[in-house]
Amino acid sequence: MPSDERTTTATPFPGLHRRGFLAASGAAGLGTLGLTGCAGPSDTRADVDGEAGRPKRGGRLRAAFAGGGASETLDPHLSNLFADAARAKALYDKLADYGADLSAQPRLASSWEPNRTLDRWKVSLRAAVFHDGRPVTAKDVLHSYRRIADPARTFRAKASLEPVDLAASRALDARTVEFVLKRPTAEFPNVMAAFGAYVVPATARDGDFDHRPVGSGPFRLVSFAPGRSTVLRRNDAYWDGAPHLDELEFVVANEESARVNALLGGQVEYAHELNPATARAHEDGGRIRIVRLRNSAMQSFAMKTDRPPFDDRRVRQALLLVADRAELVKGALSGAGEIGNDLFGKGYEYYADALPQREQDLGRARSLLRQAGADDLRITLDTSPVAAGFTEAAAVFRDQAARAGITVEVRTGSKDTYWKDILDAGTLCCYRSGAMPIESHLSQRLLTGSTTNATKWRHPDFDTLYQQAQSTRDPRERAAVYSRMQRRLHTEGPFLIWGFADWILGTARTVRGVERQAPANTLDWARFDKVWLA
Amino acid sequence: MSGPLPWAARRLLLGGVQTAAVVLLVLALTEALPGDAAVALAGDQPDPERIETVRAALHLDRPPHERLLDWSAGLLHGDLGVSLTSGRPVASYLGDGFGPTLLLAVPTVVLLVPAAVGLGVLAARHQGRAVDRFVSAVLLGLYAVPEFALGVLLVTVFALRLGWLPPTAVGYGTDLPAHPAALVLPVLVLLARPVCSLARLIRAGMADALASPYVAHASRHGLSGARVRYAHALPNALAPAAQQLARTIDWLLCGVVVVEALFVIPGLGTVLMNAVAERDVPVVQGLAVVFGVATVLLNLGADLVTHRFAPRAGVAA
Repeated sequence: MPSDERTTTATPFPGLHRRGFLAASGAAGLGTLGLTGCAGPSDTRADVDGEAGRPKRGGRLRAAFAGGGASETLDPHLSNLFADAARAKALYDKLADYGADLSAQPRLASSWEPNRTLDRWKVSLRAAVFHDGRPVTAKDVLHSYRRIADPARTFRAKASLEPVDLAASRALDARTVEFVLKRPTAEFPNVMAAFGAYVVPATARDGDFDHRPVGSGPFRLVSFAPGRSTVLRRNDAYWDGAPHLDELEFVVANEESARVNALLGGQVEYAHELNPATARAHEDGGRIRIVRLRNSAMQSFAMKTDRPPFDDRRVRQALLLVADRAELVKGALSGAGEIGNDLFGKGYEYYADALPQREQDLGRARSLLRQAGADDLRITLDTSPVAAGFTEAAAVFRDQAARAGITVEVRTGSKDTYWKDILDAGTLCCYRSGAMPIESHLSQRLLTGSTTNATKWRHPDFDTLYQQAQSTRDPRERAAVYSRMQRRLHTEGPFLIWGFADWILGTARTVRGVERQAPANTLDWARFDKVWLA
Repeated sequence: MSGPLPWAARRLLLGGVQTAAVVLLVLALTEALPGDAAVALAGDQPDPERIETVRAALHLDRPPHERLLDWSAGLLHGDLGVSLTSGRPVASYLGDGFGPTLLLAVPTVVLLVPAAVGLGVLAARHQGRAVDRFVSAVLLGLYAVPEFALGVLLVTVFALRLGWLPPTAVGYGTDLPAHPAALVLPVLVLLARPVCSLARLIRAGMADALASPYVAHASRHGLSGARVRYAHALPNALAPAAQQLARTIDWLLCGVVVVEALFVIPGLGTVLMNAVAERDVPVVQGLAVVFGVATVLLNLGADLVTHRFAPRAGVAA
């Protein structure tokens, strides 16, 4: 039975699990071009009982996350975990953040405008102040980005900021930044929305983050005990409106059962990452509310295309036809998800939803294998308990492949080093990704120079299409280029994307205003300034 | 054997060597784990260049024996080094984790000793009769329940159904002593198995002692039953139990991961789990020293007790 990130009930020691890493990072940017407006707050916030009503002010909300233990830090540039991201979002702001369709929405940046060649972007900042009362200025923005990009450091957003020439970028005035880019980057707003690209004051020193963090976010720090508790208080001067809550406390509970028990016992009002069995048990009229964030985690098998047998596209195509997606979603995700069509980012901006849904076709799979001279195909499938449903998906797929005459041997690896282990080794592996723009998925994983290219998909013509998209001003023309790229991936792999898992949260019945349409990692996910206690 | 003091000194010296051996072994084992802190930090973004930078920044590119020498040199000055993951001193990790661990261990031991002795003596006195059979059956049954299962059961019944006790210690992490109710269920889970093993050891020891000629002799001299049982028989039964008790305390101090995870009590076990997963070698080594020293001292104490209560048993130096 699959469960949350670090727990599978099939293991005898549920405590002995690696903390979960965030499944997505920012990417070498993209987003929407010259976007100056922003959709207002959507009306999709959780309101199960129809008690919409007006937000009520006051109270303390306690939120339980799986965390990083004693090593946690409040440095927003070091964010790695969901708990880090949620805390950073409460204390700090980014220039932009992702909407539910993963398009960049303005935050601290009130507007942005590129030049004709898309390699210079003028970004205007809104009037916002840090917690110490000083205004957020262009200097703070540049300082923050230079800190992230420091070659001697290893902040997670560094790769995302790679397209920016920070030496040449400058402050035009206190509230205008001119970013100079190394090449045309149509979707530069996605750089500004990248995971971990938070704006900190230019005066912030490394040692201050855990003691006196100064951000421009909706909450200020009251106290921080790594691995235990972080207490925050409402920032009345927040530019996007003061939060409804008086206080917000993050607590760390790595065990799913502990988070559920704490929620059921009234010790917390919000529990992140619950497993499907818990959701089913409490979904209808239980003591708690279940929120399913659809489309939060892409689930797939990745084929390495630079070595046998997957250097033959017919073998890859055969594998795509072998999978029974509905059965995988049912078996590996306990039904908590929907099927995929071998493409990343279902429902996101630029998703090629016109392509036909791929169905299982064992006859055609066999004939493709015969043509490829691989009648008696034997493959090793790497998996690991590193993510929910991985080991189960491997077992289900092994049985499905057997029906097409393919022998799949499942190999279970260490969860602490899984992602590194599968990057260069093996031929077929379980793979997962959190929400990120489709462009980020392409640039991080499918270009010749991508740093985490686990499928070894290296095609100069594919790279050229990507560059073409980045130099295309018109969003419609750009969408057409992305469409071509996705058609190619749909036809021949290298990712067999069989499903998209729900991200499951639980809240107390008094909690209102939890956004239901926000995949994990987007702006409205774990956004506590819009939540209130009824 | 020439008196307890030189013997204890020799044991302490040996203990120091044993602790050093533990540290060496732990280092070797951590090195043998796949990946290192840089790989663990990279998580699902294993950008090779980034991993190399982290590795260099953490000095992981230096050979393990050099890192061990540096660390040992620091240890001689009482410096346990800093965590690879957070850069905070290892001593603060141990300090933070020790409090919750003690809060679990002390009440457990305080309750464990009288409960186990009482049950053991009770069973031995009624040896072979209904009371003995009942006590033994219950203890055996309880012993067979894994901690995690027992914990889930207790939480479901006493916290979620009856609402008598908090289900976890979530949010009390910084002020656990102020919420003693949160400790009741974890301490019960921790008590469950040691009480069984200890009571059964005492029952066996008591039964042997009560059947021995010297107890019969004491009775013939007209000593009261209670005096015979507690002053003459019990000390003999306590000797093996002291060894078992030392092992139990050691187990409690080294962090009972299952209980800590289930009830969200961030003690030493949690620190160790995270440190191993993060390949945070200095923290793992710091814990190895603490656990090694604790084990050596506890076993020394147990041997002293055995020595005192049952001198005839002899104690190997």
